[in-house]
Amino acid sequence: MKLAGLLLLVAGWGIVLSALALLPSQIGRAGFVLAGVALEFLGLALLTYAHSVLNTEKG
Amino acid sequence: MTTQPIASLSDASALLCTLLVFMVPMAWVGLALVNTGLGRSRSAAHSMLSSLCVLAVAAIVYVAFGFSVQGISGGPAHAILMGGKEWNWIAAEPVFLRGLRFDFSPLSLTVLLQVFTVGLAALIPLSSGTDRWRLGAICCSTVLLAGFTYPLFAHWVWGGGWLAQLGVNYDLGRGVVDAGGAGTIHAVGGLTALSITWILGPRSGKYEPSGSTTVIPAAIPAHNVVLVLLGCLFAEMGWLGLNSAGAILFSGVQPSRVILIALNTTVSAGASGLTAAAVTGIRFRRPDASLVANAWMAGLVASSAGAPFLKPAAAILVGAVAGALVPFAVELLEFRLTVDDSGGAISVHTVAGIWGLCSVAALSNVGTQSGFNGQWLAQLVGIATLLGFMLPLTYGLNWLLNAVYRQRVDVEGECRGMDLHELGAGAYPEFVVHSDEFIQS
Repeated sequence: MKLAGLLLLVAGWGIVLSALALLPSQIGRAGFVLAGVALEFLGLALLTYAHSVLNTEKG
Repeated sequence: MTTQPIASLSDASALLCTLLVFMVPMAWVGLALVNTGLGRSRSAAHSMLSSLCVLAVAAIVYVAFGFSVQGISGGPAHAILMGGKEWNWIAAEPVFLRGLRFDFSPLSLTVLLQVFTVGLAALIPLSSGTDRWRLGAICCSTVLLAGFTYPLFAHWVWGGGWLAQLGVNYDLGRGVVDAGGAGTIHAVGGLTALSITWILGPRSGKYEPSGSTTVIPAAIPAHNVVLVLLGCLFAEMGWLGLNSAGAILFSGVQPSRVILIALNTTVSAGASGLTAAAVTGIRFRRPDASLVANAWMAGLVASSAGAPFLKPAAAILVGAVAGALVPFAVELLEFRLTVDDSGGAISVHTVAGIWGLCSVAALSNVGTQSGFNGQWLAQLVGIATLLGFMLPLTYGLNWLLNAVYRQRVDVEGECRGMDLHELGAGAYPEFVVHSDEFIQS
């Protein structure tokens, strides 16, 4: 789950970079940048959840 | 209004800038006192010694090779072509600052300011690792931060890197604007703190499994709130220098704006502290001194990005939002997400730092000339880079470090306290605060 969270974070950043490099219109860029940031928050949530489960188990 | 680094300074401006840069170490003092005060008494000396070691390692590593990664705007750098545009990724300056002239030039003042700010960034994770982070591991982790992660992001924002060029290359306002380092110093330090907290795990006894689905964390209060509040006052002085010198040297703001910058920094911190006092007063029936102190620091952090560009009323709003965010962020992290951030560094530096970056787009007129609100997009790309690149990078590097050199102290050491375990003597030998402390077994 940790690895998945980290991969989602990096994937979100990849979407942001790709949007900048490949899309010509500002509206399209904005949409994909927002999608990338949303994916990053999903990754952050997953990473946090993975550590939270671990912490609760360890005490 | 420009956000490009300044090319030259008059003698009077250079003198003013030098004095402002010399004020920045006061922020070190503030942060070190806050970190130490919020920890346990049995780790107080360890915390202060760690701060000194971190500052020493950060300065030496940055001078040795950190600056060669960060560089300056317009200096030698490696760039790649992506989508027909040049993306400046990393500087190519010589190691050990070779070839630099040390005088009152903006370049030499920038290097000095960077040596101070890298120390500030490196102090932030100490707060989260309090009571369980070994001194040797702290120094090794600081090498990673001061030698690579911080300089890399600072190059992108302040060294003419691709985030700074977003305005020129893609018409996104003026590129990422972060005059005093809300994202570059504080969010990077705060994300490193989050990585360290995850890798170290919570302090022993913080989250005892209770058998039910809800885990109630044990309260481990600050051992000296007076130190914490004194640290806030020192930090204010340091931030006046940091925000002013950063604005002049990194963003090309006219030196005459230092009055506005100082005003905005002060009212932001004040509004943040007062808001947190009100929020905690309403929620807990009385203001919580630790949270108000954290909020004061968060107000300073949030002000860093846009202090030269905001009107005072907007700066008050920036502080008020930071002050409202901090108590809820601390509670969310501690109670819901079981992140044992003992000093609140993640809430103060990451959350407020990211809010500071947003506030430049939301409340200032920087970059609004480009029609479509590209400044918002530029700031969002900066935040996306912090979360999507800097966090995995700093987490990965510290995870690897932990694999070869264990970062967390053993259980016995944690029980005895870091002072006795690693230093052999407590910070307060004359005063027995808890019955299990200061007893050499």
